[in-house]
Amino acid sequence: MVSPILELKDINKSFGHVQANKDINLIVNQGTIHGIIGENGAGKSTLMSIVYGLYQADSGIISVNGKEIKLKSPRDSIENGIGMVHQHFMLVENFTVLENIVLGFEGEIIFGKNLEKAKTDLKNLCDTYNLNVDLDSIISDLSVGFRQRVEILKSLYRGAEVFILDEPTGVLTPQEVDELFKILRSLKEEGKTIVLITHKLNEIMDLTSAVSVMRQGKIVGHTATESTDREKLAEMMVGRSVLLRINKSKVEKGDVVFKVENLTVKDDLSVIRVKDVNLEIHAGEILGLAGVTGNGQTELLEALSGIREVESGEIYLNGEKISDSSGLLNPRELKDKGLAHVPEDRQRMGLVTDFKAYENLIFGYHDQEPYSKSSIMKDNQILDYSKKVMEEYDVRPRSPHLITSNFSGGNQQKLILSRELNENPKVLLVGQPTRGVDIGAIEFIHQRLIDMRDKGAAILLVSVELEEVLSLSDRIVVMFDGNIVGERVNKDVTDRELGLLMAGVA
Amino acid sequence: MEFLSDIASLTNSTLRISTPLVFAAMAGIFAERSGVIDFSLEGKMLMAAFVAAVGSYYFGNPWIGLLMAIVSCVSLSMLHGFASVTHKGDQVVSCVAINILIIGLTTALAAAWFGQAGLTPTLTNDQRFLEITLPFADALREIPIIGFIYSDILSGHYIFVYLAYLSVPIVYWVVFKTSFGLRVRAVGENPSAVDTAGINVFTMRYKALAINGVLIAFAGAHLSTAVNANFFREMSAGRGYLALAAMIFGKWHPKTALIACLLFGFTDALQIRLQGVELPTIGTIPVQLIQAIPYVLTVVLLAGFVGKAVAPSAIGQPYIKER
Repeated sequence: MVSPILELKDINKSFGHVQANKDINLIVNQGTIHGIIGENGAGKSTLMSIVYGLYQADSGIISVNGKEIKLKSPRDSIENGIGMVHQHFMLVENFTVLENIVLGFEGEIIFGKNLEKAKTDLKNLCDTYNLNVDLDSIISDLSVGFRQRVEILKSLYRGAEVFILDEPTGVLTPQEVDELFKILRSLKEEGKTIVLITHKLNEIMDLTSAVSVMRQGKIVGHTATESTDREKLAEMMVGRSVLLRINKSKVEKGDVVFKVENLTVKDDLSVIRVKDVNLEIHAGEILGLAGVTGNGQTELLEALSGIREVESGEIYLNGEKISDSSGLLNPRELKDKGLAHVPEDRQRMGLVTDFKAYENLIFGYHDQEPYSKSSIMKDNQILDYSKKVMEEYDVRPRSPHLITSNFSGGNQQKLILSRELNENPKVLLVGQPTRGVDIGAIEFIHQRLIDMRDKGAAILLVSVELEEVLSLSDRIVVMFDGNIVGERVNKDVTDRELGLLMAGVA
Repeated sequence: MEFLSDIASLTNSTLRISTPLVFAAMAGIFAERSGVIDFSLEGKMLMAAFVAAVGSYYFGNPWIGLLMAIVSCVSLSMLHGFASVTHKGDQVVSCVAINILIIGLTTALAAAWFGQAGLTPTLTNDQRFLEITLPFADALREIPIIGFIYSDILSGHYIFVYLAYLSVPIVYWVVFKTSFGLRVRAVGENPSAVDTAGINVFTMRYKALAINGVLIAFAGAHLSTAVNANFFREMSAGRGYLALAAMIFGKWHPKTALIACLLFGFTDALQIRLQGVELPTIGTIPVQLIQAIPYVLTVVLLAGFVGKAVAPSAIGQPYIKER
């Protein structure tokens, strides 16, 4: 017997001129896991923030258990049994787990009186759903996986019947994902309802019984999961057929172009983050570097691209030493030597987001011919070039004068990529190339990287998306706690195996 | 005996000089723990001093002056909140505007009402707060040590001195032991966490600012209706900024902020005490050198002696929910 627990009718929401949600109708049945899939910017998060009372819809009706409810703040949603686990956790880092959970529901003016009762209740909940969270630990000491459990526990404690999870697996290792799925299934068994927002097709197929697809603020289809497949869903998401698998030709790999010997790097707080790392990248090869965020990949990339000081060890490009603890070449000189860098944090390091697109497209080359002559920038040349490149990389919208921050993540990434690839680098360092990028652009970016490889570039691909590393790399190394903990040739490795390495247990 | 009386006078002036700093630092803790920068402690202290002096003079009762000072400071805090919380303006700019406004406003109003630029009429003893002699202070004076501490150090202060030191444990208790304090701290660390818990972020920040206004009013009233008997131009003399520094040295924590305030108060008391005094073997230290002591100390403290001060994560950031 299925009965709808959550019902949305004709929901509309605009931010300024952008219509984020348009005539959304959605029915979620009680005791099911309902998937909402769509690309970044399709309006999934906005819609769920409306259901959670964070945003107020411009029009439309929301009903819980057949009863229409008015949502003015999250308080109203919580009282109606709706809980939400946000993509960015809503936790106070220097509070304990317990303090975070009771926040807003302390019960007494004098904090502490109700805590013992809360503790007992929470322990029971932990046992029922196998959450295994220590209530007295400080959030900043917890791993991402556990922080997520705290969020789930928080919703449970507030009496949630419907759990909205926004991109819950984005930051987890495969093992943590397994654990999360177990928890979600046990929630379902206890009769709770789960709304899973994701852009990952696998998760939908694994977990849900029904799925709704969103595109450009609208719901473009509802379907039972068993009557669809990955290809069909991807097509619905993008609005055209998408290549989910990369066509990768076999390329004879050449000599070692880029070599890292015994590299040690410290972070800003003088903590050693990269420990004695050795790497070799051949021409015509993509070396994938997998690992959970924060295991030294960022510092490694920064050191290799000349942004961060090297503590000890050496880096060679084409046999020439380009970096050691005494510094040697700066990023500019490295660029001249044929090293290109697509940084992890594109908005902070890859672009000046307040600049116009055409300015970012030539930034770093702006003082060279043909963009510049005797220190005067040649606007016409630059604009012509920009138009050409934007066409070639299918940057949308194709307006060189638009401020960069107004482009979507995928299009921003294309701006950077075109700039870095256009000089035909010998070595390409790429960090998180498709983070926050929609599926259509992912396909494009991946193809470009493969093309570069085929042309004989040595590419280091740093990514937390295991799927991406697996589909692009010829060889894979895994980084854990600053060390390279394993190296595998791509064709004989499984994501399970990599997952164990990433978690530091293998 | 001279040594003892030296200690007594040094301790007493330390406690007295630190009093406005303590109030201001506690006020600052509330605002900044909730995520709102408060550079306007200086301006609010000045406003309170002016309003308290004027109120006491008109109504002949310092308590009415104090009450009016509280109202004026809470209003200024609300103004700061309106600009920087509701309208998400730059918090520092809003504070600087308040500080400049108050310097001009107090001077101009004093000129308009009393004909003297930046000066209010002298208050009679009925119109101001007087030193309080604790019960049995005279009788107990002869008891060794305890008598000295009770009668010569603890007794004989203005009411604000007692209130200031009483406010520290109260602020500590409210911030760390009540659910209100939990919410204040949370809203300064991660306002989104508070919002998703169904609590209004803006209301929380306004509440914290209101308490901030009440506390800072005491600092101003102490200056114009207790230690002095009138208001004069710019009489807060940088104490608001000094208190802010003390609060940062104290890492936004009432106990350590108190210690920092006392340290500032002590160096100030010491420099007053040392002026013109001939020290054995050294001789008379030039007055400029002595006056530099508090500032040198500030620099030394700032230069890492207290370690890295970690501010509330969300400080200075207006809360923006919708994109």
